[in-house]
Parts: sequence; structure tokens; C-alpha cells
Amino acid sequence: MNFETTIGLEVHIELKTNSKIFSPSPVAYGADPNANTNVIDWGYPGVLPTTNKGVVADGIIAALALHATVEQHTHFDRKNYFYPDNPKAYQITQSDKPIGHDGWVEVDVDGVKKKIGISEMHIEEDAGKNTHERDYSYVDLNRQGTPLIEIVSKPDIASPAEAYAYLEALRQRIQFTGISDVKMEEGSMRVDVNISVRPVGQEKFGTKTELKNLNSFNYVQRGLEYEEKRQQQVLMSGGAVQQETRRFDEKTGETILMRVKAGADDYRYFPEPDLPALNISDDWIKELGDAMPEMPTKRRERYVNDLGLTDYDAMVITQTKEMSDFFDATVALKADPKMAANYLQGDVNAYLNDNHVDLQATKLTPANLAGMINLISDGTISSKMAKKVFKAITNGEEPKAFVEKHGLVQLSDPAKLQPIIDDVLQANPQSIEDFNNGKKRAVGFLVGQIMKQTHGQANPQVVNKLLMAALQQ
Amino acid sequence: MNYFKQDLASLHADLVAKKISSKELTQATFDNIKATDPKIDAFLALNEEAALDQATKIDAAGIKDDQPLAGIPVAIKDNIVTKDLTTTAASKILANFKPVYDATATEKLAAAQMVTVGKTNLDEFAMGGSTETSAFKQTKNAWDQTKVPGGSSGGSAAAVASGQVVAALGTDTGGSIRQPASFNGVVGMKPTYGRVSRWGLIAFGSSLDQIGPLTRGVKDNATILSAIAGHDDHDLTSSTQAVPNFAGDLNDAASVKGLRIGLPKEFLAEGVDDDVKNAILAAADTYRKLGATVDEVSLPHNKYGVAAYYIIASSEASSNLQRFDGIRYGYRAQDVKNLEDVYVKSRSEGFGDEVKRRIMLGTFSLSAGFYDAYFLKAAKVRTVIINDFKAVLKDHDFIMGPVAPTPAFDLGAEIQDPITMYMNDILTIPVNLAGLPGLSLPAGFSNNLPVGMQLIGRPFDESTLYKAGYVFEQNTDFHLQVPTLGGQN
Repeated sequence: MNFETTIGLEVHIELKTNSKIFSPSPVAYGADPNANTNVIDWGYPGVLPTTNKGVVADGIIAALALHATVEQHTHFDRKNYFYPDNPKAYQITQSDKPIGHDGWVEVDVDGVKKKIGISEMHIEEDAGKNTHERDYSYVDLNRQGTPLIEIVSKPDIASPAEAYAYLEALRQRIQFTGISDVKMEEGSMRVDVNISVRPVGQEKFGTKTELKNLNSFNYVQRGLEYEEKRQQQVLMSGGAVQQETRRFDEKTGETILMRVKAGADDYRYFPEPDLPALNISDDWIKELGDAMPEMPTKRRERYVNDLGLTDYDAMVITQTKEMSDFFDATVALKADPKMAANYLQGDVNAYLNDNHVDLQATKLTPANLAGMINLISDGTISSKMAKKVFKAITNGEEPKAFVEKHGLVQLSDPAKLQPIIDDVLQANPQSIEDFNNGKKRAVGFLVGQIMKQTHGQANPQVVNKLLMAALQQ
Repeated sequence: MNYFKQDLASLHADLVAKKISSKELTQATFDNIKATDPKIDAFLALNEEAALDQATKIDAAGIKDDQPLAGIPVAIKDNIVTKDLTTTAASKILANFKPVYDATATEKLAAAQMVTVGKTNLDEFAMGGSTETSAFKQTKNAWDQTKVPGGSSGGSAAAVASGQVVAALGTDTGGSIRQPASFNGVVGMKPTYGRVSRWGLIAFGSSLDQIGPLTRGVKDNATILSAIAGHDDHDLTSSTQAVPNFAGDLNDAASVKGLRIGLPKEFLAEGVDDDVKNAILAAADTYRKLGATVDEVSLPHNKYGVAAYYIIASSEASSNLQRFDGIRYGYRAQDVKNLEDVYVKSRSEGFGDEVKRRIMLGTFSLSAGFYDAYFLKAAKVRTVIINDFKAVLKDHDFIMGPVAPTPAFDLGAEIQDPITMYMNDILTIPVNLAGLPGLSLPAGFSNNLPVGMQLIGRPFDESTLYKAGYVFEQNTDFHLQVPTLGGQN
């Protein structure tokens, strides 16, 4: 039996605003429990929410970034449910008229491009956090009211690999807008997943299961792969898939039953009477659209078509807006694009990984990286010397000044190199003999000796040329 | 002393002239409350120590001409939060609850240096029309202690009517200021929705609730409304409309000449007492004599108001009252096994019958499968009712009619019959649904019980209502009659 898979993703993205969506409390991490709260966050009697306009702006930006239609006449709704981390016992969200609808992102899976639809996206408040210790439960409302955007996919995702690609595309586009850090490891991006399979040709969708505890894109893909197979096996053995919630186990890569869903929850949505309807003007949308940074897909096209990067290089450089901006700024300073891309993917990324920092938190600047690359390009320093220079620019040093201060200037003048080569040849007759006997390795040894004599400053290309000439005389 | 002969302006004049100090006035108020409240039971909490302290400070600083409210005592309905002063909404679930912040309305009164003397009784969470659903005490009508004071602002109305305070704040979701004002023979204003900030008002029906003043006279009412009205950054449903000095035009030059008044035939239909009907018809004649025209008009969908209201208000209440879960503040049941138990027992023990009834009604109206037939339908009816008013107010300056179909009824007479109780609100509810201002003022008597008249205006046109009310007052003497309670008054 052949199956087709349908995957639905609900992505929650935490917005990087200064204050909460409906209260003036700060949005910040690491504070003492309940330090970033006020009467509104406590759901105190008599309090009222007020809408943070910046969150509405972020919602519009997200809609534009995901090719969605902005709903210009919208409002908030209440979603009612009891839980200790939900102090009003309702969440202010958007149900009836989400701020954005009918968007899409393009994904590329194994060279096949596909548009994945986004049915809707809405702005809402996050809940607090419950923690349990021994006989007690604790409620921390610091997170209560943190602004979120929830993005719901259309049932277009047909494989776990597409799910991964969709999340990556979503993450990148949102990251480029700057409205969120979109980091799963920090909880600023959270993914709820559902999946169903059905025999090819069956019109009705299969029964779906929900997966929890998917804390990275990799886990999402692995969890879905496991669940896809499991559901297929259930159907092939004549069974029926239960509507249930399953937990992904990171160690075994399996999904484990958490609970079977009995009927749908009734959240009794109705329009939030405490907040006036939102009327979003054409001008506001245009203003926000005009201020939006160039999206990663557009940048990749430019990098490949105009700057001659490979598709792979272009993809790596556009992982984050910071990296891409850095690249653009470096190239704008006349650095060779290919070299700039190589350094960013290689030395820079290694440096970031080793030190667990983000690019913007380092002392690296496009000016210094471009300066170093230009010194390589004009032959002033070798790429080997550049290792030292790179280390210096990670400390914020200016490459030209560093090179001059440490005499790291490459020796390229044949008139100065020839006597040194002659000396080395004279001191190593055995090597000459080896070379004449066809042992090419001898060249390497001799080059090494010459580099040693010049403290590594000799231009290897010039040395090679002069040495070969001398040996072949 | 008693305040029946004194309005805000004369008290202010005495304070400025130092004929009396704020402390003396405040002390006299407490003496008066203590003498009369055993009969009336208007107050749930007194603020004696803090109020006398505040009065002493106000005296020390001196009261100037441009501080018309400074040093004058005021009472606050107990569903409006007051910092450090118990605020219960007359519910067991908030017994002993001391808020950490002040409502905008009380903050504004404090800024005007009014002295809060205490918190007045109400129907639990303002749900009721007789103050009989209060979890704590039964307030009585100031004119006849066998009668209800009306509700839900029964405590505030009875306190003003019995001369305990010269002014009080009430709240009105479906008639809760106007009806008790009518039952107690005082003046009550339900301002336009958005005129007064709801920040600090414990929500019942969020799209309907408004805070407003109860006073003995129209001019005092206007003075208080100017003090508490205005946009508030804490309440996005509060209006940015400029707040006039409502009392400014209430003088001998005020006139209703040339005003067009609509008298809806539905407001005098079956179910309205003859005495009430006659008082309103007499008031219409008074207005005609004073140069206004009074036309019969129609609000054809008025009869659907009660049904739409009880769905909308209860739906909103069912959501608003979910926060009372025993977790963060208020009453928490003992002897609980788990979280579900905390919720169920705290709420079962903490809420009274009427509140539970409305939570159930609202929860049902919002439930999947019923939402369209109830909540959505009610919202559509609301629009139709708004359009009815718009049509009449297009060529009428305001609408007049009774406040309630009857004068105050006997204690205990209707509390067992929710539908009859709900139908009492038939003339006030549509005004809340439409968000319009409604003024209740004394217009007659029936068997020694006051009968009120309601004036309904265009959005944010409280001025016209106050003017018409003031002119009526100047030409009648209903407001001058006072109940006899014995004791100090």
C-alpha cells in the first residue's frame, strides 16, 4: 500500500518587544520569578489590557515577510480556559480575524522547489510558567503577556524533510525582519506538530496525532519520520490511528503516547470587549513594508547572479541577517565576494562556534575583514599569514596596522629571494640529488627551508617559481 | 448635621469660609452613618481612620476657591477598587480583599481631594436589581425599610438618599445606577460608554459597564461627573472626547425652550404602573409648559433588549469572573485534593446563586454549537437597538421615560423569581446596549415611595440631559422631599 503524508505545523514566535503585549511590564529573561509583572499580568480584579502598538506592527511585518494578506479590520478575541499560569483564565488572542492570512514560503528539498501555504497568523499573549517541586507547584508570571505570533501552515507539507525546510524558511524570513530571535533553543520559536497519513487516492485526511517535546528542527524531522512510519504500520496491519498526543523521546528517537484526545476543547471564543477593534491603514502597511530589510531569498539570488557565489555559499551566508549584512558590508568595501564568503563560512563561523557568541557580539567588523581580504588579494600577505591577522581582527585590531607592526609583509621580490634560495640549495645537496632522481617530495622540503629562513614571509608562489627554475637548470 | 439642605456648592462655600472644617464634616459623616446605617445597611466598610487623617491634611493645606470638591466626603460602591481599603464586590469570593491599586475614578476623586468614607453595598458583582444578592448584608430603601433599595448600586443610592453622604459613586451595567436612584428619590447618571474610565471597576459586562455619580441634585451630579470623566491610558475603551464643565451651564439661564423630546410609546406600555406612567406624563407636560415639544416616538425593538442583554452581559461575566479561581487572591476553599478541586470548591463556595446562574447562562451562550444562536444573535439585536435609538435621536434632543416599571418593591418579593427581576430592567437595559447616557431623577411619588424619570441622550451629550434635569428640578419639588429616618436626620 502506498501512503501520502500530511503535516501541519503551528509555530509560535516570541516577539522582541520592550514591553508586554497588553501591559507595560518589561519583556526580559532571567529575572527573579514574578519580578517582571504588574496587576495586569496577575489578572487582578478591575484591570484592563492595553494594546502594545509595536506588537501590531510586528504582526504586519511578519505577514508581509510571509507573503500574507494583512487583515486591516481586525480585533482580539478571548480564549477561555482554566490553568494556574493563565491568571485571567482567558488568553487574549485572535480567532475570528487573524492579522494575516493566506501567505506562503518557498522551500527547496533536494533541488525541488515548492510553495508551502500559511493559512493564518495571529498575535496573542503568552502564558506564565508552572514549575513543580516535591509537594509544591510554583507559578511564575514573568512570561505572562509576552507577545507571540502564531503561524499556522496549510496542509501542504507532505514529508518530514519538507517540514524541516518549511521551518528553516520561516525562521530565516522572520529572523531577517528582526522582530524575533527565532531561536528554538531559547524558546523564542516553538513548534507544535501534527501528522496524518492516508492511502494514496483517499480523499479524506487520515486521523492525525500531535507531537510534543520537539526542541529542534532536527527533532521535528526525526519525530515526524518515526511517526509517519508508525502510522503507516498501524494502517498496514489493519489498525486505526487514534487521535492522540505523543511525546518525542530524544534518546530513542521514538514517539510515546501521552494522552488520547477525547472530543474537542471548547474555548468559548468571543470578541475581547476591553480592546477596541484595530483598523490598520494602507499607509501604515506601506511604511512598514518599505522599511523591511531585503529577504534571504532575494539576497541569495543576488549573491549567485551578481557576485558569483555558489548556491551553497549563498545559503550559508543567508542563515542569519547579521551574517548576510556583514557579508554585504564586506563586499561593499571591495573585498572579493568569494573570499569573503569563504572566510565567513570558515574562520568566522569556527570562531563563533568556539566562543559560543553571535556575530554581532564580537569585535569583528566588515571593515577589518575586508581590509584583511584586500591585503591577501594584493599579495601583501599570504593566506597563511592571514591566520595571524584574522586572530588580530577578532580582537578588533586594524589589519594593515597589525601587519606593519609585526612586519608581516610578504617577501615577493625575486632579487631578494634568489640569494636565500641559492643558500638553501647549497646547504642541501642531497635534496637536489633526490629531485634529480625523481623524488618530488624534495621540493616540499626545500620550500619549507626557504620559508624557515624568511620567517614565513616568502611569497610561496614566487619561491616555487624561482626554486623550480634553479632545480631544472 | 444633615446634608439635606446642603449641596456641594454650599458645603464648599462653608469649607472655604472655614465655617466648618473637613475634619468636622468627615467626623459628622461617620456619626451620621453610625446613627442611620443600622436601619439602612448601606455600607460594607468604613474608612474612618484614613478618612479623618486625609481630612486633617486637607484642612492643614487649606481649601481654595478652585477646589470645589476638596474636603467633602464621598462613598464608593464596593465593586470599584480602592487601595488598601477592602473591596469585595459584595462577594464571599473577595471577602477581606485589599487591592494594591486605585481605580481611576477614585484616584481622580482623591486628586480633587474628596474624602472616601467607605464602601457601599451592592448586588454580588453588581448582578441584581435589589441589592439582595449581596453576600454580606441587605440594604434597605431609605424611604421604607421594608422595601428594596434597588440595585445593584443600592448601597450608594440609599446612602445618598438617607443623608449619610452628599455623593456616591455607583456603576451601571443594565440600570444599576438609575434604578436605585429612582427607588430612593436621588439623581443618578449612567454616562456614555467610554466617558469614565473602567480601570479599577471589577468587570461584570465589560462592553456595558460604566461608573457614574449618585447625588441629591442634578448640579452636584454634573460636578462629580466632570471630576471623574475623561480619557485614561489604562482603558482603551475610554473616550478622548473633551470633558465639559457639566455644571457650568446649570444656572437661571438654563432652558429647555425649543428642545424636542421623544417619549417612546413602548416605555409606557403594559407592565408599567399607573402612578409611574402618570408621573412621566406629568413631567412631559412640565416640559411642554417650559417650551419644549414632547412627541410620541417608537423604539420598536425595545422588547428584545432584556433577552439580548442577559446573553451579552452574562457571556462577558462568565469570562470576566473566571479569574476568581482561589489561586492568587480572594477566597480559597479548604480541604481540597487537587487543582481541579481548588477551582471547583472555591468557586462553588465563593459565588452566590445569582452569580452562578449568570455564569452558567453566559457559558452556555458562548459554547460551541450555541454561540451563533445566542451570543451572535444577541450582538445583532444590539445593533438593531442602537439603530432604533439613532433614528429617534436624529430629530430629538433626548428621550424621556420611566426608569423602572414600578417604585421600590418589597424586600424578598422578587428574589426567588429571576425572570420578573430581570424584566424590571426593561427600560434601562437598552440604554446600556446602545452605550448612551441616561439620567435618572425624581419625578413623583407613589404611596410615599419615590418615582424616577429617565432622560436618555445622544452619545457624549450628558450636557443636554443635565440641563433638562436641572430645569425640571427648578420647576418641581420632588427632589426637596426627604425620607425620615429618625436619629440625626
